[in-house]
Amino acid sequence: MNGSSQIANILGAENVKTDMESLAAHAIAGKTPSEVVSPSSAAEVVEIVRHTASTKRAIVVCGARTKLSMGLAPSRYDVAVDMSRMNRVVAYDPGDLTLSVEPGIKLAALSRTLAEHGQMLPLGVPFSAHTTIGGTIASGVDAPQRQLYGTARDFLLGAEFVTGDGVLAKSGGRVVKNVTGYDLHKLLIGSLGTLGVITKLNFKTFPFPTNVRGFIARFRSYESAFDMRDRIARSPLLPMTLDIFSPGVARLFESAAGAGAAREAMPQGILSNDEWALTTGYSGNDSSLARYESELRKVAAECGAASVTIAHETLPAAWARKREFIPIALASSPATTILKIGVLPSKLKLVLNAVGGAGEKHQVPGVAMVRGVGVLYIALLPPDAGDESKQRVAKCVSEIQAAATQLGGHATVPWCPDAWKPTLNIWGAENPDWAEMRKVKNAFDPGAILSPGRFVGGM
Amino acid sequence: MDSPLLRDLKSLVGADAVLHRPEDLLLYEYDGSVETARPTCVVFPTTTEQVVHLMRLAKKYDTPIVGRGAGTGLSGGALARKGGIVVVFSKMNRILELDVENQRAVVEPGVVNSDLSAAVAHAGLHFAPDPSSQKACTIGGNVAENSGGPHTLAYGVTTNHVLALQLVLPSGELVRVGSSAVDAPGYDLTGLLVGSEGTLALVTEVTVKLTRIPECVKTLLAIFDTIDDSMETVADITARGITPAACEMLDGWTLRAVEDYVHAGFPRDCAAVLLLEVDGPREAAEQHAAEVADICKTHNAREVRVAKDSRERDLLWKGRKNAFGAVGRISSSYYVQDGVIPRTKLPATLRQIDMIGKKYGFQIGNIFHAGDGNLHPLILFDQRDADQFRRVLAASDEIIQFCIDQGGSITGEHGVGMEKDRLMPLLFSEAELEVMARMRNAFNPTGLLNPEKIFPSKKGCGEIHSAPLAAPARPQA
Repeated sequence: MNGSSQIANILGAENVKTDMESLAAHAIAGKTPSEVVSPSSAAEVVEIVRHTASTKRAIVVCGARTKLSMGLAPSRYDVAVDMSRMNRVVAYDPGDLTLSVEPGIKLAALSRTLAEHGQMLPLGVPFSAHTTIGGTIASGVDAPQRQLYGTARDFLLGAEFVTGDGVLAKSGGRVVKNVTGYDLHKLLIGSLGTLGVITKLNFKTFPFPTNVRGFIARFRSYESAFDMRDRIARSPLLPMTLDIFSPGVARLFESAAGAGAAREAMPQGILSNDEWALTTGYSGNDSSLARYESELRKVAAECGAASVTIAHETLPAAWARKREFIPIALASSPATTILKIGVLPSKLKLVLNAVGGAGEKHQVPGVAMVRGVGVLYIALLPPDAGDESKQRVAKCVSEIQAAATQLGGHATVPWCPDAWKPTLNIWGAENPDWAEMRKVKNAFDPGAILSPGRFVGGM
Repeated sequence: MDSPLLRDLKSLVGADAVLHRPEDLLLYEYDGSVETARPTCVVFPTTTEQVVHLMRLAKKYDTPIVGRGAGTGLSGGALARKGGIVVVFSKMNRILELDVENQRAVVEPGVVNSDLSAAVAHAGLHFAPDPSSQKACTIGGNVAENSGGPHTLAYGVTTNHVLALQLVLPSGELVRVGSSAVDAPGYDLTGLLVGSEGTLALVTEVTVKLTRIPECVKTLLAIFDTIDDSMETVADITARGITPAACEMLDGWTLRAVEDYVHAGFPRDCAAVLLLEVDGPREAAEQHAAEVADICKTHNAREVRVAKDSRERDLLWKGRKNAFGAVGRISSSYYVQDGVIPRTKLPATLRQIDMIGKKYGFQIGNIFHAGDGNLHPLILFDQRDADQFRRVLAASDEIIQFCIDQGGSITGEHGVGMEKDRLMPLLFSEAELEVMARMRNAFNPTGLLNPEKIFPSKKGCGEIHSAPLAAPARPQA
């Protein structure tokens, strides 16, 4: 009896798909699974993993399939485990600001549930119309709100997951303060499904900010924009978001790709095609808003801003595009290659110098989104996916990666054409702690059946 | 004649940095908990290199090895449960790097928590986690226990402020995990290590985030005639989405003990007070202070005092931070619990604690981090009375069971250590504990590093808890 009929006995035949169309829809980098299975409970996930492990086949877990191309291509791929049927809110206690959900719930639906109680998760992540909460956590994508709220590791309270040998495990809990046992759930964030199949996630929720405004200052040079970032960091102000956009982002946001992110057209006068723009969002009562406005105006003027705009940052068209920078960039070139760089904020300028130098030298056009906390997204936008473009991008990426490493940071390539992955150093420079990561991987997935090969060092 | 181990230790760190005579070891049998365990010897390394060699010696002599900071921990985490070498980091107390521009610091594990904040105050920065023992406890200890404190309600606990670690693994290897730049690629090993209670590695360097000192701080004291009203207030503040920087509760009995000790002007005739703090940019702090005061009054607060200046503020906090010491003046011993509950369950839980105290005939003082539902009931007892000690544990277990039944947890900030390992099965199945133990076995396969912590021993409960030679009550939280 083959694997699929055994799993069908557990899940019901309608939840195991082997038709060509379903399989093709779950392909990753040309690899197609032999079945797509859709569990409805943690117990079913345990059964799936045990059966798959016993037949030494490999699993890739998916939700809305918006970020399956992140990381290296899986070295083996037999079963797609589609979590979209596990989409319940397990527990939500608005009075306590805690939430427990299954991974397959769409972030958009979850956000609506939270909004009914005036609450939110600070996860303005890309692909937000389709992405699931499980995919958001497993991919580790970040959001502009990290400026104030931090990242998922700061508000994920606990998780339940199934290990690669089919054991249902958990860590943390549903209370906001807890040191009982190891924080295994932190390991799942950004792990690309290589450690376990997430079956439940517990979060701290936050009150939805009211009276939100956005401040945009445009500069002729990024040095001035970073100067303003530094001054805000030294001030008493606590903005929710702080991102800097390169010239050229305006064109992207106004393009057809940008229109995919929001129904409304990109408003004029927010970004400009030949200037750098610092955009920052904040909220509060009238006196707080007035304070932010006057101080930001003053700082912008001191830093030599060419012009400033004050807007409702909730202005859906602008906010949606800022959140969807990555998908917009991906749709803007047949071979978009996105670098994610982490550096100390004081090194941002030097990294951008290197990026600019490499782009010019190898004639690769690109745009940048820079988070104030010290993260740069560099979208390289070659005109085509041809061999020459590939060679140019490869040289450009490797020079940028070398510069980031030399500046004490790190640079990965979360998105690029599948065919280019063997040419690029997707995870950046090897770090000695990868050996320790391998111990973690082996402990949770001893048979290496969970997304094998996708993670750092081909884990 | 020194044993071969002692000879090797002395030649490594010098004879004066090794303690082994019984009278010298006495101090290191204790931490801030009621547990005791005697090490074979105590060493004081001064360099990472020495720590590497210490780990290798532990391996060579097949002897347990346990890290220790200031010994203020409240769960026996720094005690040598199986004997062996206790490595005290108090001499590795240098601040290696201050990067004001990027709000980072690199410190050795023995740096005292409040010393780091003092060192960066001139730049308007501080290290946000502020355990009540912050004048004594070390950053290394904070990392091991993932320590909290009153202001972690808004600012997060230790793990939210640690970016990278240098580790000496039980194998003797030296490795760095994490990065001072955010979002290091790969698994979040820093997140795994913080709060692992010294069972995975010895930490020899810590890279932390520094936080800007808020522009404006408003400290309020709300006085209540019933405990229920105070707890309803906390639930309401939470439900309305206001996150104070701190939200501490002291019940009337504890408050009287505190007032007798610190003379801060606390009312002696109330049932409970809330010590509330809001901060941020001036406009936001003032708005939140007004909102919080309103909520207190809605729930029948008799009076809401607002500290007029930093002197008044310090006095209010002196009361809170010295509360354990104040109780120590009254009772020869007390047992501190650290359970956590969802904040909506605060009123019911306080009623239950009161009932349990009456049932077992103990005075229970309540002083805790109400804002995050982290309870610290203090059960007063006489440590010389074995029967009392047994009943204290029974009362304490009943409180913990109630916390779990409410959807809570057994420890919010003190750690599992050797005190609560036997309670772990109340929260985790055998299979879940087995998966957790895989992490320990991956990093610490021989189990020589801090043995018999966190994970329940297979022995019966009676054997595990030490005899009532409990630690004297000391001012800690």
